[in-house]
Amino acid sequence: MRTLFDKLWDAHRVEGAAIGGHDLIAIDRLLLHERTGGVALKSLAEKGLRPLDPKRAFAVMDHIVSFREGRDRDEARSPGGGAFITETRAMATEAGLNLIDTDHPSQGIVHVIAPELAIAAPGLTLVCPDSHTCSLGALGALAWGIGSSEAEHALATGCVRVKKPKQMRIRIEGRLPPGVTAKDLALHIIANYGANGGNGCAIEYSGEAVADLDIEARLTLCNLAVEFAAFTAVIAPDEKTRAFLEGKPFAPPSNVLRQRLETDEQAVFDREILIEATTVSPQISWGTSPEETISLSGRVPTDGREKALRYMGLAPGMPIEGVPIGGAFIGSCTNGRLSDLVSAAKVLRGRKVAEGVRAVCVPGSQGVKREAERQGLDVIFKDAGFEWGAPGCAMCFYAGGETFAPGTRVVSSTNRNFEGRQGPGVRTHLTNPAVVAASAVAGRIASPSSLPVREEAA
Amino acid sequence: MAEPFRVHRGRAVVLPVNHVDTDQIIPSREMKRVSREGLGEGLFAGWRYREASGREPVPEFPLNRPEAEGATILVSGENFGCGSSREHAVWALAQYGFRVIIAESFGAIFRGNCIRNGILPLSLPGKDCTQWRNGVEISVDLEAQKLILHDQTVRQYDFDIDPYAKKLLLEGLEPIAMTLSQSESIEEFIERDKKMRPWLYSAA
Repeated sequence: MRTLFDKLWDAHRVEGAAIGGHDLIAIDRLLLHERTGGVALKSLAEKGLRPLDPKRAFAVMDHIVSFREGRDRDEARSPGGGAFITETRAMATEAGLNLIDTDHPSQGIVHVIAPELAIAAPGLTLVCPDSHTCSLGALGALAWGIGSSEAEHALATGCVRVKKPKQMRIRIEGRLPPGVTAKDLALHIIANYGANGGNGCAIEYSGEAVADLDIEARLTLCNLAVEFAAFTAVIAPDEKTRAFLEGKPFAPPSNVLRQRLETDEQAVFDREILIEATTVSPQISWGTSPEETISLSGRVPTDGREKALRYMGLAPGMPIEGVPIGGAFIGSCTNGRLSDLVSAAKVLRGRKVAEGVRAVCVPGSQGVKREAERQGLDVIFKDAGFEWGAPGCAMCFYAGGETFAPGTRVVSSTNRNFEGRQGPGVRTHLTNPAVVAASAVAGRIASPSSLPVREEAA
Repeated sequence: MAEPFRVHRGRAVVLPVNHVDTDQIIPSREMKRVSREGLGEGLFAGWRYREASGREPVPEFPLNRPEAEGATILVSGENFGCGSSREHAVWALAQYGFRVIIAESFGAIFRGNCIRNGILPLSLPGKDCTQWRNGVEISVDLEAQKLILHDQTVRQYDFDIDPYAKKLLLEGLEPIAMTLSQSESIEEFIERDKKMRPWLYSAA
């Protein structure tokens, strides 16, 4: 009796190659980006080594690229960042990798485009020197984040040496209430079990609420597994997965996509958690760790955590709703997909961003941007007063250069509320895209339902 | 190749907080070049210096206190090195001079990055090491898996480490060379796999 994770692991374990309890796992596809992948390519070249199979490796520009609409190919969003783009491009080209450059029609955040192009698919192993690679487990892939040295190892050998992690199943039974998203579910889990709750485990998400989620929402749920200290997360592929991937450029053949891949009924996990979906509410972080999260209708805790309270400029016991904000950001590998933009646009249509709030939306990929523009979402965002950016990680993390002013309180659809994550002294509140949009309109942390009824355009 | 790690004695700096993320260890703004070098100065920049762009030290930050001068061992709470996969965090710690990180637990990617760069990630679960005195002398014997705290009363602890990490660190091994010596097994896997999944090897 094996779990889905066991099956993925066993299918990629190179026989007779384990050392000191660490297996050698064959990697089907390797992803790199300019921020941490360039240094791996450089180090590999310095050792005089070549990639084992460059056609199964993909170099993507996403982290440092400018998000200015109409940006130049080498334009970075941080001083000196252009070198990451040009050097990675040169080395990826020289090594013969698939290159998805700044001006490529499929460019975007690596974890957004890997599903869009079906680079990630059920049954595949993928690694990337980026911690949010766990997102791709939503498609039934075994995908996890690694360091640059491990990426170099994967390039040279086609394998990664890794100890098989313990396994946890999180079953989410029942249905999520209206207005409660995969983002809220993930934050709810982290808030309840702690940022270390995943404890290095491979997590399988299952249950009715997970089956109900569309693929984009599943990607959001798995994306936040690393903020739960999980090794990675995985969701059994189903008919939705097949429909999502079929016909995409790097998709496996139909018959492969139709194969069953799931946990055997009697398989045993090291730990099981059961969550009742109806108990989950919209969530927002108040502190500087993703575990410092409360219900949007809740109050800032009174049990210490002075350092986080001081950084965030909040008092214990105060309601989080109504706290004035200065910034709003929608985008990232967590919530930068079409459905995220649609949910924010529903709130923004016919409304205006409050005075004094800088609001920015950056679609996760060129594909998301094209489709959003086809549906007229860009007009809704711009009419509301949002900046509309060119795809990339953008304001999810600060890398030097221009950002929100120190002390600015920002509601953000991203994944990390660490100190300084979005800029020195910037105070990040993580939440879902609709709450970001509602807060931008209200000029304070607000739920969509609390906004005054809008005047419908004639 | 990393410098082999056998025994180490040094001064410890104690950061008594949980969830120290890699954005704190090396802020992205301090990653200025496509390089593993030049990162030591940016270590803990957001906490260590008064201003984001400056280098004026915050005197009360444990690393800046006189008793921690020359520290080579870092002690912190649970989930140390969580967050971004950036190996620059480990390179920054190594370039500053750290050889041992003692934490209640570690972010998984960070721990892997440590052992590839000659830094020993060490846990003493439940021992609340963050109560140790900033600047205390510690010695570590990796072969024997023993740690000695040289405080007013000397205390000795046994620690666990997985055999692969121990071997890499003790011998300063180069993982790529180790794996390339197993090329035959890898080629066998690929040849067999090509028959089962030809589409993977011919895709677009």
